[in-house]
Order: sequence, then C-alpha cells, then structure tokens
Amino acid sequence: MRPFTYSRADTPAAAVQAAVAGGAATRYLAGGTTLYDLMKLDIETPRHVIDVTGLSELAAIDTSGSSEMTFGALARMSDVAADRRLVAEYPALSESLWRAASQQLRNMATVAGNLLQRTRCAYFRGGEPFACNKRKPGSGCAAQDGIDRGHALLGGSKSCIAVYPGDWPVALVAFDAAIDVLGPGGQRTIAVEELHREPGTTPEIETTLQPGELILRIRVPVTSMGFKSTYHKIRDRESYAFALASAAVALDLDGDVVRAARIALGGLATRPWRARKAEQLLAGRRLTTEAARAAGDAALEGATRGHDNGFRIELGVRTVADALMIASQRGQP
Amino acid sequence: MSHHEHREEEARVRVSVTVNGTPHMLILDPRSSLLDVLREQLAFTGAKKGCDHGQCGACTVHLDGRRVVSCLTPAVQVDGHTVTTIEGLSGANGALHPMQQAFIDHDALQCGYCTPGQIMAAVACVHEGHATSPEQIREYMSGNLCRCGAYVGIVAAIEDAAAKMARS
Repeated sequence: MRPFTYSRADTPAAAVQAAVAGGAATRYLAGGTTLYDLMKLDIETPRHVIDVTGLSELAAIDTSGSSEMTFGALARMSDVAADRRLVAEYPALSESLWRAASQQLRNMATVAGNLLQRTRCAYFRGGEPFACNKRKPGSGCAAQDGIDRGHALLGGSKSCIAVYPGDWPVALVAFDAAIDVLGPGGQRTIAVEELHREPGTTPEIETTLQPGELILRIRVPVTSMGFKSTYHKIRDRESYAFALASAAVALDLDGDVVRAARIALGGLATRPWRARKAEQLLAGRRLTTEAARAAGDAALEGATRGHDNGFRIELGVRTVADALMIASQRGQP
Repeated sequence: MSHHEHREEEARVRVSVTVNGTPHMLILDPRSSLLDVLREQLAFTGAKKGCDHGQCGACTVHLDGRRVVSCLTPAVQVDGHTVTTIEGLSGANGALHPMQQAFIDHDALQCGYCTPGQIMAAVACVHEGHATSPEQIREYMSGNLCRCGAYVGIVAAIEDAAAKMARS
C-alpha cells in the first residue's frame, strides 16, 4: 500500500476544506470496506485520506417523518437494515441492505459509502497486466474479450462493461431517493438516480459528484408503496454474494390492478437502472404472471449480450417477474 | 534522522485502544490494519489472516461489541474504542465461553483456521438475536467461510450455545 497522510475531520465543512486543499489524490474514509480494500490492491492510491467517521452528526437515522425519512451518511448498513419502520413498511429497502455483504461488513460500511462502492470487475480489481479504462484511462477494456459472465448487459460501452455492484442504491432509485451533498460551493441535493454515470467514453468518472463533495444524508420520500415491495436478489450462492440479477420492486395495487409500479434493476447494468418503460406497461393492467413477465421483458429491453453473460438476460426478466409477484403478496390489502 | 525518516515519523498516528480489557497506546503507520496490529504488535494471534480482503471472516473480532472484519478495519479507526478478540472471550478463571465449548461438543471444526473468526461471529450473531433458527444462523453466518466444510457442526454448535447463553 502506498504511504498517505491521515487526518480526522471535526466538521463536514472542515472535511470539505481539507479535501479541496488535498486535491485529486484525496479520499474520504468512512467504513473503509471499499476504499481500504482497493488501497491494499494498489487500485486506489490516495496521498491524503480524510477520516469522516468522527462526524457523529452525520450518523442519525430518522424514519419518524411524515413526508420523508432521512439516513445520515454515516449510518451503518446493519443499523438501517434493522430499522423497524423499514422492516415493516419498506421491506425492499431493508432487504437490499441485509441481502448485501455479510453482517461484519454491514456493521462497518456506511449507507453513503455504499452508494460509492466501486465495481467488482476482476479486470479493474486485478490491476496490471489487465487493461482497464476505469483504472487507467485509455488503456482499453480487458473484459470486452475476456470472461464477461458477471459483466453488464445494460448501459455498457466499448470502453467499459463493469457492473455497478450495489443493492441499496437500486432500492433507493426505485423509491425516488435523493442525497444532500456538501461541497466547496455549498450544499445541493441530487436524485440518487442522477448520482451514477454510465461509462460512455469516460468510465473513470463514475458519479456526478464534484471534487470535494461529501454526502451528508440520504432522503427517501414517504410512500404507501413501500408496503408491497421487495428486493429480489439472485446469486450464485444463497447468501454473501453479489447479484447476478436483482430487482427492487414496489406496487400500488387496487385489487389485482396496478395503479403504479416502481422497478429498478441491480447486478445487470453499469449503474442502478430504473425501468420506467416496464413500470408504464403495468399501469392500469391486472398483475398476472403474464403481465409480470411482459414487464420483465420491457425492463431488459436493449440488453446487449457478450460471450458468457447472455443467460442473465432471461434471468433478469424472470427476476423482475418474480419480484412483482412477491411484492404483490405483501403488506396491507 | 534523515529527512525521509522524519517524514515517516510525522505521518504516524497515535491510537489509544482497549484490547481484551487492557488499554494500549500505539503509534501507528496509518496503513496498518487492525488485524496486523493485533497479531504482530499485540501478539493476539487468534484472529487469522485468510483473504485479507473481507471475504472470508477468519479475522472477525468485536469492535465495541459488534462484529467486524479486522483486515478491512484501518487500525487508526479504533482510537478510543474497545476491541475483543477470541483471547478475550473466556472468563477470568479461564473457563471456556459456551460458544467455544459448543464448537468442541459438536465437532464444529476440522483444521481450525477459521474457528476463532467463526466463534467471534457466532457470539455476535446470538447477541444480535440472529440465531433463532438454523436458516437464520446460515444467513447471518454467511460471512464466515470454512474450507473444511464443517458448516453442519457450526450451525448445531450455535443453536446449542444460543440456548445456553440465553439461560446464563
């Protein structure tokens, strides 16, 4: 691991100030489960690390609100997963957390850090001699002609087909969540859906955060659609694995007729992937297994297969369809 | 002291931490993992280095009573906190923790390399209330891999110890 200077921030403003002063080779450190791991691999090589875990004002969880729920950036994944209101009224949000990683990692990782979790693409993590435009812009993409079983079917480019690995952000996108960020120019709010970028020709730029910006909290609008929701995650093993395909789904039903649906895909795309066309297809229709299947087909529309990952198109379709049927059985009548 | 050595000295971080009930004052390279500090500086070699990337759970310890993987915990982050390793689990009289005894009783190990991490994770699993059924134990113990495949015994040991821990 490369040497770096380590400092602890006392306030969010001081953290931002230190990040701006440190320049591009500066990283915020929270739970460390992504950053420190990648530093061990020499994939992340910061010269300055600013530890923000002392900013206790950013750790609060407040699900008591009547219009929105807020999750401080530093709230731990395990604590948010166990929040009573989320478990009862927003199962998709809770499941997206406890179906990720292990309890040890969820005790460490923060809910904002989780938004910025970096890809598990083996060519990205493996370092030299593998080409990776995300790690070393302009070097090429070893995945294009490599083993792409776990790579993206949606949102990829010639430069990069690395899958966005997170689960919680997929559920957040389905629930129209937003984040407050603090930067050198002050505070602003971004929809979680606007946070992650598709790779295009610049896969090294993964988010729309500006230099020095620090996530303060996550805001989720209150909705009764949470009751009939699920985060359905299909993996190579039953637990402690990244998604081959996943779907965050929430439903507003009138009997068996869909008033409104929310569908977002995980494990299949280069970013959390909201499937609006599939949502619109369901609106006003009876939720039958055929309609669910059609929504799955619409969600995967435009999926591009590589060498080894074609099976995940059908898997993704069925994941969406199954998630819709699971969600429909949940919550209040 | 050369200029280079002086810079290295400046980059070091003072850390005060209680490990297994004993306070320690450490001066650390910020690159150090908690696992390496426990094993190489404090001689608590119970926590094992399996993958060193948070994927196997062999290095599991308790930080302020919650289970974490010590390999992905930068040691500078435990300043002011309390760490418990497998060496701190047994009572003052040296008696085994009910979970340790249950692992013996149920043959919940073969080579034993993953066992300290399994036991620390298992104790936390019970304390969290996540050991109420075999299915729940499997889900909440999935972060601890056992290459010998002693999972059947591990689940049985945790069910057994959970009942005993509830009574004590």
